[in-house]
Amino acid sequence: MTPDHKTKLARAASGLMSKPIHAILLASIALLLTPSLNSFVMADEVATVPSNAPVCDGAAPWPTMFAPRSAPAQEILNITWLVIGIVGALGIIVMTMIIFSIIRYRYKEGDDETEPAQIYGSNPIELAWTILPTLIVFVLFMVSARGIFEIEKETPPEGSLEVTVVGHRWWWEFEYPEYGFVTANELHIPIGDDGTPIPTFLSLQSADVIHSFWVPQLAGKTDVVPNRDKNHLWLQPNMAGKYLGQCAEYCGGAHANMLITVIVEPESEFKKWVANQQKSAAVVPAATKGRHIFERTACINCHTVRGTVANGTFAPDLTHFMSRSILGAGAAPNNPKTLRQWVFDPQTIKPGCDMPAMKLTNEEIDLVCDYLETLK
Amino acid sequence: MTILEKPKQTLHTKDPNASFLSYMHQWIATSDHKKLGVMYVTTGLLFFLIGGLEAAMMRWQLAWSGMDVVGPEEFNRLFTMHGTTMVFLVGMPILLGVANYLVPLMIGARDLAFPRLNAFGFWLFFFGGLLLYFSYFGAQGLYGMGSAPDVGWFAYAPLTERTFSRGHSTDYWILGIGISGFGSIATGINLITTILTMRCPGMSLMKMPLFVWLMFIDAILIMIAMPPLTAAQIMLLFDRWLGAHFFDTQGGGSAVLWQNLFWFFGHPEVYILILPAFAYVSEIIPVFSRKVIFGYPLMVAATIAIGFISLGVWVHHMFALGLSPMVNAIFMGSTMLIAVPTGIKMFNWIATLYGGRIRFQTPMLFSLGFLTQFLLGGLTGIMLAVVPFDWQVSDSYFVVGHFHYVLFGGLVFSIFAAIYYWMPKVTGRMLSETLGKWHFWLLFIGFNLTFGPMHVSGMLGMPRRIYTYHPDRGWELWNLLSSIGVLFQIAAILFFTYNVLNSLFKGKKAGDDPWDAWTLEWETTSPPPEYNFPEIPTVHSRRPLWDKKHPEDPDWKYE
Repeated sequence: MTPDHKTKLARAASGLMSKPIHAILLASIALLLTPSLNSFVMADEVATVPSNAPVCDGAAPWPTMFAPRSAPAQEILNITWLVIGIVGALGIIVMTMIIFSIIRYRYKEGDDETEPAQIYGSNPIELAWTILPTLIVFVLFMVSARGIFEIEKETPPEGSLEVTVVGHRWWWEFEYPEYGFVTANELHIPIGDDGTPIPTFLSLQSADVIHSFWVPQLAGKTDVVPNRDKNHLWLQPNMAGKYLGQCAEYCGGAHANMLITVIVEPESEFKKWVANQQKSAAVVPAATKGRHIFERTACINCHTVRGTVANGTFAPDLTHFMSRSILGAGAAPNNPKTLRQWVFDPQTIKPGCDMPAMKLTNEEIDLVCDYLETLK
Repeated sequence: MTILEKPKQTLHTKDPNASFLSYMHQWIATSDHKKLGVMYVTTGLLFFLIGGLEAAMMRWQLAWSGMDVVGPEEFNRLFTMHGTTMVFLVGMPILLGVANYLVPLMIGARDLAFPRLNAFGFWLFFFGGLLLYFSYFGAQGLYGMGSAPDVGWFAYAPLTERTFSRGHSTDYWILGIGISGFGSIATGINLITTILTMRCPGMSLMKMPLFVWLMFIDAILIMIAMPPLTAAQIMLLFDRWLGAHFFDTQGGGSAVLWQNLFWFFGHPEVYILILPAFAYVSEIIPVFSRKVIFGYPLMVAATIAIGFISLGVWVHHMFALGLSPMVNAIFMGSTMLIAVPTGIKMFNWIATLYGGRIRFQTPMLFSLGFLTQFLLGGLTGIMLAVVPFDWQVSDSYFVVGHFHYVLFGGLVFSIFAAIYYWMPKVTGRMLSETLGKWHFWLLFIGFNLTFGPMHVSGMLGMPRRIYTYHPDRGWELWNLLSSIGVLFQIAAILFFTYNVLNSLFKGKKAGDDPWDAWTLEWETTSPPPEYNFPEIPTVHSRRPLWDKKHPEDPDWKYE
């Protein structure tokens, strides 16, 4: 490159930055896409995460793929930047060609009224714009193909946690076969106390129709397909936090409220959580009345509370219901007020869900809620 | 009235003594390709208004988090009907209608090869569409109320099985689409036969206008792609009512099979919809640039290549399905490959603009809108082909943004270009340029405002087909922008509607050749007589009217 060219280039670059509108545009794009900036800008929203969340919170305010906190999501983002770079460059070049041609060759008043020169084609030029795109596509293909094989690993790595995810209309069941318990809607996975990543291997199964497991900060989505048990997904978070996602394949009525919460916590806390989940439900004599109502109503046809007669499996396991921060697969936060509303009529919180209003009296609702609140 | 004095019937010839009934009879019993073309396009535009209203309802509901305009059930029906309507009852009939009208005129023929099959195809489509919409009144839902289908336009099994889809709404979807699908197959066969056998003297395949080439490949794709859909729908019907288990996962059926069958139709379908857009702008851009199309032979080759490759890319709709890495990689390769012939087309259109003397009348504005927006839709298409990226944004609003850039920014803009360009031929009257420019700019702004932000909300994690979202996800701004865009689009469509109605009665007379164009349809009168050409023309080049207007420098010297 000759010095002359260099100065030209530099002039062009400084010209680009000199116009305030360009600077604003570039800055806003950077702001939008840079995860660290996101967290900075939206810092006050981060603070609204419930106080029981881990101290070190990697969750961006938005569940965006641009703030990866797990190995596969990071790998995807790396490829994404490359793709955006190539495609963006192509887009700018071609758009410039279009706009240049339109402006330069527009008809102006007083133009020659005869027809312009008729150009029927040009073999070398056409060959060039056949071969060049083919080469670009080839490069893109090679890079992405490597990514596919890397991310779509078949076997769980040594020392990984295995969890079976079962998609139901419209909630998630999480089974921890190593630890022998089942929970719902809030997936807890560990990260080393010193921050070393621990892989988690999710085996994806469906009880009814197709769902899709998608937590953008942790991994891409994988469909949860009935009668196809080999689907899997792995996560390897590198920061503790509470990550949001949701079902990404339309599955009927309450699809919009089939949300996912993943809590990544230090191993010591995770172990404590596991130990608690393994226990049967707490027996609190003060709540016996409420328990009896619960057990004599249709609740137990669908819900399980381990250690009691409730052993239904159509709906989330409630054994340690109060350890979860959400209701109805994330349709509402779990607090006494929303809980009471939920027991009164779930359809007011999550329209279309399968749980009907149980038509309990106000007094009965209070008692049932008192009982549910003992399931810690 | 003797046979010898049979009056020529055109769009507006109406015997003052004839009753309204006999006027309607002229239309309903017709097998004339022009009348059927007009009926196709008119019906398509009416369905476009309905589908657009459904979309507007959804955008209203999604404008902010926690809105309560419609509930989940209504919303699910809205997006199912919107998608089904736009693909099967708007895109297909309009493309078939325009082809119906123009292919015989462009190849110098008097009608399609099988005129009555043509009428049959139209009526199948028409009643198929009515049957689908009758579901709003007639499909007994679970609660004894009318209910439209709510399974999504690609109707993934096993959501469509009787266990999960009670009542008859899914059956209305199967039968309505199935019936109009038979109509499309019939018209596809008709177009292929016509193009192969009824070209006027001198018009070899390589002297056909590009429009005809594109519709030829399009018709072949229709013939290959529609039958698998019809077959899959019949299998689904067996599942639902005869106890079969093709897709019934609870009885050992396969959910993956439905996706393979559906997308084996569904992906070529996307090209079936976009090739006509290519066809319209391949005629309009040269005329308004005052230049011959650049690289005609390569354009034909690219068309054929797109046709071939489009049959081998369907799995890119299923990258998140958990297929093996090898399958994903192969289909990523084929999907990226299709960008090459598509890119060739883009470059050749630009080369046609380059060095021209470009006139910005409304048809050209819409064509340029097509060019820029289709470019963006194509580029996000390449991004989506990259499997790892697709794992993040598949089934998210990014995809919704992408395919609306292709099908709305591409196809619908080119349809408007085609209407502004060819309507003077059809009715003999011009559309207003002023209203047309209002229409274009409002739609251009509204379209980009609606669908641009969807790419962002998708990358922020917003899945499609959700009727509401929570405020903690940061999607409000982008959704609000999308919804505001709809207001501009509604205004644009009002301008368009007024423009069309106004032109029908008060439009300026067009004359035979208002755009100083070069293909055969401009040779005959506007509107053309029933027999199209008093004498079958003979051509020597791809632009017969150029030869006529420039006898000193005819095209055939260079081709």
